[in-house]
Amino acid sequence: MSGLTSLTLKAALDGLAAKSFSSEELTAAHVKAVADARALNAYVLETPDKAMEMAKASDARRAAGQAGPLDGVPLGIKDLFCTEGVRSTAGSKIIGQFIPTYESTVTANLWRDGAVMLGKLNLDEFAMGSSNETSAFGPVVNPWRKTGANAQLTPGGSSGGSAAAVAAELCLGATATDTGGSIRQPAAFTGTVGIKPTYGRCSRWGIVAFASSLDQAGPMARTVEDTAILLTSMAGHDPKDSTSLPIEVPDFASFVGKSVKGLRIGVPKEYRVEGMPPEIETLWEQGIAWLKEAGCEIVDVSLPHTRYALPAYYIVAPAEASSNLARYDGMRYGLRAEGANLTETYENTRAAGFGAEVRRRILIGTYVLSAGYYDAYYVKALKVRRRIADDFEQAFQKVDALLTPTAPSAAFQLGENADDPVAMYLNDIFTVTVNLAGLPGMSIPAGLDAAGLPLGLQLIGRPLDEATLFTLGGAIEKAADFRAKPQKWW
Amino acid sequence: MAIDAATVRKVARLARLAQPEETVDQLARELSGIMTWIEQLAEVDTDGVEPMTSAVHVALPMREDVVTDGGDPDKVLANAPRSVGGFFVVPKVVE
Repeated sequence: MSGLTSLTLKAALDGLAAKSFSSEELTAAHVKAVADARALNAYVLETPDKAMEMAKASDARRAAGQAGPLDGVPLGIKDLFCTEGVRSTAGSKIIGQFIPTYESTVTANLWRDGAVMLGKLNLDEFAMGSSNETSAFGPVVNPWRKTGANAQLTPGGSSGGSAAAVAAELCLGATATDTGGSIRQPAAFTGTVGIKPTYGRCSRWGIVAFASSLDQAGPMARTVEDTAILLTSMAGHDPKDSTSLPIEVPDFASFVGKSVKGLRIGVPKEYRVEGMPPEIETLWEQGIAWLKEAGCEIVDVSLPHTRYALPAYYIVAPAEASSNLARYDGMRYGLRAEGANLTETYENTRAAGFGAEVRRRILIGTYVLSAGYYDAYYVKALKVRRRIADDFEQAFQKVDALLTPTAPSAAFQLGENADDPVAMYLNDIFTVTVNLAGLPGMSIPAGLDAAGLPLGLQLIGRPLDEATLFTLGGAIEKAADFRAKPQKWW
Repeated sequence: MAIDAATVRKVARLARLAQPEETVDQLARELSGIMTWIEQLAEVDTDGVEPMTSAVHVALPMREDVVTDGGDPDKVLANAPRSVGGFFVVPKVVE
């Protein structure tokens, strides 16, 4: 059956419930699409046998009247999530052959609700990157191309595999993670929807750690409603993660389609940055107009410390990463490169196993945490982080949510920013503030630029107020009526 | 602050990352570029500001001090580079 891969996740669930098709048929169509799309390099591991087995089990559950909320729906899993018995690499050589003996809580929640796994999705190494070029498996290629051009574009990062797989209809939805923008920027670059929930909504247990005070899992899919359905399954308290919040998970999908009348939307003036393409400015104005038309009140707000968010992030995140990645020492799991003594074995293992960007961040992190620099850099950054969080707190006394662009550009060419780390870091200028403050943020496709590439708008919400983001995201989605799809070339 | 080659060697040593000598100068330039960009944080007035270490305002939960996991050496050793008889095999530590 063709056309099954083009369904929304919601429509697929409805079709399964109505017995219009089986999960086996739905999954088989996706398995074929995945195998036909290897040119995109979105999947680093395809698990077709497991997928078909899970689909059969799902059909049996449905026949027995025991279908869960996601039963029979094929998903892709970012390779940062540990999956029991299935190779999980974090896009790194250092755990390139790692086969977990346990399942991450988020993926366990998805399987509990009946979802089917198609395979593991490519990502920047340890989720450190904005273009997918730091992956040990090579970059994912964006299914989108500029009109009339053949140049290969980045799908963004670090969840580039998730974004490309969703955009190219290689799954109905995907898991992703976001430490500084790794869900929202790839969503914007591929015309898909992605939400990073409030820090603590999703358990981090079994997700390979990058920067633990910033990392958060979230879904990517082709509609706002689909991400709401997925997040409802993924989220929830987990005693195995002490930062996981012991609070109820609402039925997020029930907030999509509600009226936005009377909601106050903040527009932060500091997000008008120099060098931003006029098309992004125009799209932002368009988004403001859509929400106004739908009955929102638009309020100018100021987040004065915005410009310090990226430099603060590039102290906090590498510091936490250097500490987290100390565990990769070649002793208990992963790669080991022998040396003449123990220290040399450590040094050789880590030099051979980590790629250039990961090594660079470990060095920065080690430097800012080292004696004599700890207060000047690390503690200073934590204080600036507080200033940034305070800015949001003040803004949220006046508004219910904020509207900004997601990224300062459309998808760029693979290789374009590879030689300049700081230029690459600037991709996260609009998204990183949200991670530092622990807030929920969502990217919604809102239009195409002149070259035919998708652009996204970002909504930022109060802590734990994902519900309002789903309502507002639904309103933007409806107004934007974004139906463009990448032309199939793969 | 500019990071020189000696600092790169020292930090690489602390991070247990073998750093081929021919790459040290290039890396020093890259890291200096990043750290110079980060220097702008000095402009922010942070007098009296409490460092923010966590995004959630909740006290860490306590749990009963009981064994909740373990007793499965095969799983623990499943991904070990080398293991023998239920033990990790590691390089000699004491000379």
